[in-house]
This record gives sequence, C-alpha cells and structure tokens, in this order.
Amino acid sequence: MQYKSQSVAKLYFIAAIGLFVAQILFGLVMGLQYVMGDFLFPHIPFNVARMVHTNALIVWLLMGFMGAAYYLVPEESETELFSPKLAVLMFWIFLVAAALTVVGYLLVPYAGLAKLTGNDLLPTMGREFLEQPLPTKLGIVVVALVFLFNITMTVLKGRKTSISIVLLLGLWGLAIFFLFSFYNPDNVVKDKFYWWWVVHLWVEGVWELILGAILAFVLIKVTGVDREVIEKWLYVIVTLTLITGIIGTGHHYYWIGTPEYWQWWGSIFSALEPIPFFAMTLFAFNMVNRRRREHPNKAATLWALGTGVMSFLGAGVWGFLHTLAPVNFYTHGTQITAAHGHMAFYGAYVMVVLTMISYAMPILRGRAANSNKAQVMEMWAFWLMTVAIVFITLFLTAAGILQVWLQRIAATPMSFMDTQDKVALFYWMREWAGVVFLIGLLVYIWSFFCKGEDKTAA
Amino acid sequence: MAGTFTTSMARNIFFGGTIFFLLVFLALTFQNEQIIPQRDQRAQLAANPAIAAGKKLWETNQCIGCHTLLGEGAYFAPELGNVYKRRGPEFIKAWIKTQPTNTPGRRQMPQFNFTEQQLDDLTAFFKYVSEINTSNWPPNIEG
Ligand code: HEM
Ligand code: HEM
Ligand SMILES: [Fe+2]
Repeated sequence: MQYKSQSVAKLYFIAAIGLFVAQILFGLVMGLQYVMGDFLFPHIPFNVARMVHTNALIVWLLMGFMGAAYYLVPEESETELFSPKLAVLMFWIFLVAAALTVVGYLLVPYAGLAKLTGNDLLPTMGREFLEQPLPTKLGIVVVALVFLFNITMTVLKGRKTSISIVLLLGLWGLAIFFLFSFYNPDNVVKDKFYWWWVVHLWVEGVWELILGAILAFVLIKVTGVDREVIEKWLYVIVTLTLITGIIGTGHHYYWIGTPEYWQWWGSIFSALEPIPFFAMTLFAFNMVNRRRREHPNKAATLWALGTGVMSFLGAGVWGFLHTLAPVNFYTHGTQITAAHGHMAFYGAYVMVVLTMISYAMPILRGRAANSNKAQVMEMWAFWLMTVAIVFITLFLTAAGILQVWLQRIAATPMSFMDTQDKVALFYWMREWAGVVFLIGLLVYIWSFFCKGEDKTAA
Repeated sequence: MAGTFTTSMARNIFFGGTIFFLLVFLALTFQNEQIIPQRDQRAQLAANPAIAAGKKLWETNQCIGCHTLLGEGAYFAPELGNVYKRRGPEFIKAWIKTQPTNTPGRRQMPQFNFTEQQLDDLTAFFKYVSEINTSNWPPNIEG
C-alpha cells in the first residue's frame, strides 16, 4: 500500500461482501418461493425478500465502488486522501442506515414502515429498486455527497489522471441521477419515464464509467502496460457507452404510454450498446496479452478477464436479445428480463468490484498477492459463481421463452399462473444453480482465511 | 490505436460526443412531454382524486414487489396494468379481500386489510392505468 489512507477501503470491501451474502440468501428464499409458493409465508412474503435481495445488491455494489475509489484515487493522485476520518464516518453511517433499512423491511409491514418514516411528506417509496424509506434515501444522498467531496478534493490536490477523471464523472453522475428517485408524480407515465433516469442511466450510463475506470486501473497494475495506451482505450470505451446508452434509454419507452418514435430511437441506439461492452472484452484480453510483467496476483487477472467476457455476455448479448421493439413486445416483463438482469449485474458490476477487491485486498493486508493456495481457492470461487450464474441465466431464459410462447403467442393463451406451473422445472433448476452460486460465494469468503506462504510483501 | 490518435483527442471526442447525444436525448424528452398528454389519461387523473389515492396505496403496500405494472416490476405474480379489463372492478375487490388463499404450495398474496374506500381507490387506479395508450401492449388480455 503506497498511501496510508487507502486502508479505509478495507472496511467498505468487508461490508460489501457481508451484504453480498445477505443478497444471495434472500435470492435463494425467493427462488424457493417460485416453486413452493407458501414457503416462509406470511413471515417473509416474496416482495419483502425481493427488496432485501435487490437493495442489498445495490448497496453492496455502491460500497464496493466507494471502497474502490478510496483505494484507487490516492494512488492515481499520488497523495493521501483528503480526509480519511470523513471516509470512516461515512462508512458507519452508510452501514447503519443499510442495516436499519433491512431490519425495517423484515420486521415492519411495508405500509407501516412508510407511515413511520414520513413517506406522507414526500412519497417516494414502493417503486422497484427505489423502495427505501425517505430517511434512507436522504442518507444515501448525504453519504454520496460527502464521499464525492472527499474524493474530488483528493483529486484536486494531486495528480489528475484520465482514470480518476472518468471515475469522478461516473460517481458524480451516479449521485445526480439518484436525485430523480425523489420525483414521483401521480401520472404513471411520467413516473415511469423518469424512474428509468435512475435505473437505466445508472447501469447503462454512468456506472459503466466507474466500471471502465476500475478495470483500467487494475489492468495497469497487473499488466504493466503503458498508461497512455490504457487511458486511450478507456476514453474510447466510455465514449461508445454514452453515445449509445443515453438515447438507448428509449428501449424502456416502448409500452409505458410514451410516444411511438421511441421504438425507433430506442431500438437503434440500444442495439449499439453491446459495442462498448465488446470493446471492454477486447481491452482486457489485449492488455493482458501485451503485459510487461508477471504480477503474482493471478486471481485478480482472472477476475479482470472475467469481467470483460461476462459483461459482454450479460449486458451485450442478453441485452441485445430483447432490446428491439418487435421482440420486446413479447418479452417485456418476463423471465427473459430476469435472465438478462442477473447475468448483466453479475458480469459487469459484481465482477468488477470483485476484481478490485481481489487486487487490493492482499495489498491492504500487507502483501502483493495471496498465497498460491488462497489464490487457487479464489479461482475456484470464480468458476463456481460464474458457471452458476451462466446456468441461472440459461434456465431463466428457457423459462422465459416458454412463458412468452404459452402466455403471449399461443392461439389460446394461458393465464399467468397456469404458465408458471408449466415452467416450474426450470425454476427448480435455477434454484439448484443458485445453491452452487452460494457454495462458490462461501469458498470465496473462505479463501480470505486460507493460510499458506504469502507472496512478497507489498 | 497507435500513432496520431492521442489521449487528448480521445478525451475531446468523449466530452463532445457525450454532450451532443445528451442534448439530443433532452430534445427527445421535450418532445415526449409535448405528446404524452394525448396518451396518459391526465384528464381522468385531474378529475378523480381516487386515482392518486389508489396509486399511493399501490406504492405503500409494495405491490410492485410481486407484480408487474405495464411490464415493469417483479415477475412472480400477474401483470396488473390491464387487470381492470381482464377481471373488472368487482372481481378485483373480492380477490384482494379474500387473500391469502392458503392453498398449500401455491404462491401466496398477503391480506392488506383495506377499507371499502381504499379498494375503490385501487380499482380507480387500475382503471386509469388500463386506459393509458401503451401501443397495444400487452399482446393479449393475459398480460
Ligand atoms: C451492465 C449493464 C446492464 C445491467 C446491469 C442491466 C440490468 C437490467 C435489469 C436489472 C433490467 C430489469 C429492470 C426492471 O426490473 O424492470 C434490465 C432491463 C432491460 N435491459 Fe438491461 N442491463 C444492462 C445492459 C443492457 C444492455 C447493454 C441492453 C441492450 C443491448 C439492455 C437491454 C435491456 C432491456 C431491453 C430491458 C427491458 C426488459 C423488459 O422489457 O422487460 N440492458 N436490464
Ligand atoms: C442464488 C442465486 C440467486 C437467486 C436464486 C436469485 C433469485 C432471484 C429472484 C427469484 C428474483 C425475482 C424475480 C422476480 O421478480 O420475479 C431476483 C431478482 C433479481 N436478482 Fe437475483 N438471484 C440470485 C442471485 C443474484 C445475483 C448474483 C445477482 C446480481 C449479480 C442478482 C440480481 C438480481 C436482480 C438485479 C434482480 C431484479 C431483476 C429484474 O428486475 O429484472 N441475483 N433474483
Ligand atoms: Fe436499459
């Protein structure tokens, strides 16, 4: 570790992994409820499990991004963090807010939680992914602003690299678009329209900048390729991202009451969105092939390559699959959507955070890389989780195709619930793949405690 | 990517390209706001306060955590954007009142203990949503 203040990242990474476990456990609960409908009912209804699953995901990814920024920015800026104390304080505020929110979801009926937390003052709750009570939402804003202040001041007082500029833009964009979560008009069409300014403009916009910057940073470190080359790639990738992804938002404006011209704009621009993801794949492999050093951390390199491939598959290929309006007409809001959501979130954002953790954590613990044994274990975890998500995606895709056929295309369409019964076999297989995912995650955590000869001190 | 293509050129293309496409997107959004009044049933919304009350109930009971509404939400339970047309108001109210079914193994919907007034607000909301012009989505009445 070159700068002492980088060590705050460790807190964020540990909490991120903890929430990751919670996310997966609630995923498995829901997976079971898909086939055993009354499982844990009425104690944990499906919607509650789902909130925990998706909100834990978002919060742990945000924690991962923040940890990554606290690690990366001092090193890029060649200076200590502006205020490590503030970073630690914000960590605890964020963690306590997240924990209280989850406890609230689990213990208080949602309508009661809404009343208790002042939703009447400014109704923002009860929309997908934005279920958090008002105080939590405000807490996120405060934590994000203080975090951005801290990081921005660090960059301003030190060296300004392309990586930190792209990262900062991504993080500022993240905070700014989150503000649309406070806009909740009675008009359903407008509500939905601007809801996507948070959701889509995050994952297919500003988050990709964060993804690119983190990947570029780790690739510089593990391959030793010239910064000049890597930063040029980074700019090309994020350019492609935003020129396709911003107007690509239109792929959500086909059937929600918005004008029909979006079917053209959305289809054309979002069909180009896989290009930056493909560029990311090429980028990762190219840099690793042109490496000028053999970094002892093989696991981190594997995660970086994995991010390149899986983000292209999940976001690029599975996104393209249902993005053209005539296709989306049939697939909109089916298991196809869920299949894509899983592989895209995992391949892009889970993997890039794990890439950063894999690279930085050994150094934060005082060594350049983990022992061979620990790395082998981590690589096992990589394959278990990655193969499991591929199968989850394939099973959900199969379920989705059948669902579309039975419920939306067949001459005598079946009802939703009858269709669900017909495809139950695939939900069972998804649940088993989920169990493998959990095993992979446990192996991953175990790898942190694996003893063995450490590679040279950092 | 060698030779004459420098990092600062790449950066300029990034900023220029982003700003340009952002402006196009904002123009499309502006156009969108001009057109949606013909499609989003805002006259109904203004005339009948029950709709907004129904939307609030929809939100504060987190219905979106199991159902889709115009294809967005969770995929555990049926689409409700067109439920008003599929089932009609009386069926909807009776259904909500009799949950959960407690059929073993079947997916369960909670009991929300709504008043008659609240049930009417919810059906007003469903009626309004079902009349939004969605370019003929969903493909059929099953949603
Ligand atoms: C890493 C990037 C991405 C992530 C994390 C992601 C994630 C998601 C998620 C979670 C949803 C479901 C949203 C909901 O609940 O309603 C979704 C929907 C969708 N995504 Fe992505 N996505 C990514 C990239 C892409 C790309 C590049 C494309 C197109 C090429 C795409 C096309 C779509 C479409 C068309 C839908 C709507 C599905 C529907 O109509 O039900 N996505 N995405
Ligand atoms: C053990 C593994 C997992 C299981 C069994 C599981 C199960 C589920 C289920 C049942 C849903 C709800 C689908 C619905 O609304 O009907 C869901 C939603 C979701 N899960 Fe998972 N999940 C798992 C792992 C993951 C992972 C690793 C990620 C992210 C990397 C993830 C991200 C999501 C997202 C983004 C949604 C919302 C999808 C959408 O709105 O389209 N899940 N999951
Ligand atoms: Fe999107």
